[in-house]
Amino acid sequence: MGKEMLTGNGAAAWGVRLAEVDYIPAYPITPQTEIIETIAKWISDGAMDASFVTMDSEHSMVTAAGAASATGVRTFTATSSQGLLYGFEMIYTVAGWRVPLVMVNVSRGLSSPITLGPDHNDILAIRDSGFLQIHCETCQEVFDSILMAYKLAEDERVLLPVIVNMDGFYLSFTREPVEIPDVETVRSFLPEYQPEHAFFKPAQPMAQGVAVLGGEFYSYFKYQMHLASKNALEVYKEVCGDFEQKFGRKYRAIEEYMLEDAEYVLVMTNSFSTLGKAAVKRAREKGLKAGLLRLRVLRPFPDPDIKNALKGKRAVAVIDQNISVGKGGIIYSEMAGCLYNEINRPLLLSFIGGLGGKNISPEEFEFIFDKMTTAEDTGIVETPHLLYTENEWKEMAGLKEIAGKG
Amino acid sequence: MQGRDKDMDTAPIRSIREIPPEENVLSGTPACAGCGGLLTLRHCLKALGEKIVIVNAASCFTLLSIYPFTPFKNSWLYTAMACAPAGAQGVRDALDILIKKGKLDPEENLKVVVLTGDGSAYDMGLSSTSGALYRNLDFYYICYDNEAYGNTGFQQSGATPFGSRTATSPPGGVRPAGTQLQKKDLFEIWNSHNPPYLATISPAYPVDLMNKFRKAEQYKGPKLFISHSSCPPGWGFDPSQSVSLAKLSVETGIWPLKESVHGKVEHTFVPKKFKPVEDYLKEQERFAHLFKPVRQEDILKSIQGMVDEYWRKYKLLP
Ligand SMILES: Cc1ncc(C[n+]2csc(CCOP(=O)(O)OP(=O)(O)O)c2C)c(N)n1
Ligand code: SF4
Ligand SMILES: [Mg+2]
Repeated sequence: MGKEMLTGNGAAAWGVRLAEVDYIPAYPITPQTEIIETIAKWISDGAMDASFVTMDSEHSMVTAAGAASATGVRTFTATSSQGLLYGFEMIYTVAGWRVPLVMVNVSRGLSSPITLGPDHNDILAIRDSGFLQIHCETCQEVFDSILMAYKLAEDERVLLPVIVNMDGFYLSFTREPVEIPDVETVRSFLPEYQPEHAFFKPAQPMAQGVAVLGGEFYSYFKYQMHLASKNALEVYKEVCGDFEQKFGRKYRAIEEYMLEDAEYVLVMTNSFSTLGKAAVKRAREKGLKAGLLRLRVLRPFPDPDIKNALKGKRAVAVIDQNISVGKGGIIYSEMAGCLYNEINRPLLLSFIGGLGGKNISPEEFEFIFDKMTTAEDTGIVETPHLLYTENEWKEMAGLKEIAGKG
Repeated sequence: MQGRDKDMDTAPIRSIREIPPEENVLSGTPACAGCGGLLTLRHCLKALGEKIVIVNAASCFTLLSIYPFTPFKNSWLYTAMACAPAGAQGVRDALDILIKKGKLDPEENLKVVVLTGDGSAYDMGLSSTSGALYRNLDFYYICYDNEAYGNTGFQQSGATPFGSRTATSPPGGVRPAGTQLQKKDLFEIWNSHNPPYLATISPAYPVDLMNKFRKAEQYKGPKLFISHSSCPPGWGFDPSQSVSLAKLSVETGIWPLKESVHGKVEHTFVPKKFKPVEDYLKEQERFAHLFKPVRQEDILKSIQGMVDEYWRKYKLLP
């Protein structure tokens, strides 16, 4: 088909179409809605042979998606923010069903205050659920990741649902050229789904989602999920290999940008990584050996890749586009856990930025690099820095004045 | 008709002797002795046969299937408390897709059966049920109504009757009635969605129950059943009295046996002479405070009054 100018949402819809998904239970929420609208239109026009049903809530939507997957059809659904949290109970539940469902989350800050711009508190809230997580920087990556997600989820060494994340607005509504392959090539990469573990047939009655009584039995099933998720790191490499062979694009669990000789490293995820890469370039122009590590797969957490990539670096700044209120950055904690036992571990700094879609300006990146070099000189790492510019502060003061709280 | 099971006999039966002897709920479940809900389920599954998948919500009956055991010959999917009808949607839609794509022999089709307590049906699951009814989902819903959140220790639900004791509506000096609110009318709530078939049933009236399932079989879309299900530990009576108590609730007019076909309501059994509600109430610990230490005449009158009013509305009170 060649290249199309697509939004992140459009790219997701194309991924679903070419994965020849059978079933899409849906529920609207900004900024995800364009995905389900696009799919609904294709189905209505006959361009896509699938069943679409608008559910009464995301709780019901995730249930229906999981149940259809447990019955044996290839299923997709999408949500964002409040919707993901509304369906939260069922996110854990369907992960425990071990069904190869694929979902998209279009990140958006969580209420309250209610807002529209992106950050990652929504997607990270479900990080412990058993869903594998792939976080995307570009529209092409969104498309590619959906195909890879099905291949990963349906692999019997994994059998866990996968959620593909993109930032609301910055990616969901931004048009980029996306290479759309023909369906035959996709089929050769992702064959038809033949369920061997989860299905309902009268000849072979099966109880799914059953209760267990006793911690020793419960633990067994939870450990199984954990080990399957860990397996997914290896399976993912195979999937990436296949993908590269078929489509020529290369993916890893992490992306290393100017990292090889870098001494000062930013760690970022999703679309704001593009801002980080530009900052790295500028820093390089000023003679600082900067680099960036983008986490693409967050579950399973790619510890070995990270440890290897950050070996011998002087300082690493994790920019969390989320906030664990009362603690700080969520990914910072995960990175610290990953690196703690390394002998030559770098200094690890924590920055919170981009909440609710707040920009991260070049000055803020400069501040981050400054903090890294200072920390290296002094050996002192301060508590998480909350990024906020003077202009933003002034603007906020203006609003407060209007609100009578000036 | 799609979803129709050729094995299922649809002719009405006249006596209990005609009930199929095959058991589809096998013995050895952890349900309490004398569980009216389980007896209901036993009859329902005799009517439905083996080619079904039960989609369950959190309730006493979730514990029927505990890994690695199940008392059923059919398939089972436990969802969560609020969303069994949504689970049924996913299963039904998936089965239809598999049939359409030639991946499942239509002969191997399954009926999708939601099984929940009243807590899900009357309260938390209303949204997902309403959605399923609105979408005209082809499924069965069996609600066993024991009139409280039983599995968690018998707390007040939207199905709990006025004047009864639950763990969260204990009678006391300030609230002598115990439960002060009226039971919701789930039959009317569901009926307002105009489903093709809706009925109340009772474990004490298996012939009526069986015939309702046989009648429902002809309709595509939601087929809904609410069973007034005696619950020995929750209601406070001896397990041996389970069936007679379920019978009393019908004979006193507290639990009307009725059906609705596309919204048109008919009573399937009207007692020739209604017994006083007291006959039913005084058999249960949960109503004991209405009789002792002092008789709460006003509450007893008001319960009788509500029952009379119901039957008067249908002009069925002799
Ligand atoms: C979301 C959620 N809230 C609460 C519970 C706890 N819970 C489990 S079973 C149950 C009672 C269900 O009552 P009902 O539907 O009447 O069924 P019964 O227990 O009486 O059979 C409750 C409250 C739960 N499992 N999930
Ligand atoms: S508590 Fe009541 S409804 Fe639950 S199993 Fe026991 S008798 Fe049945
Ligand atoms: Mg109950």
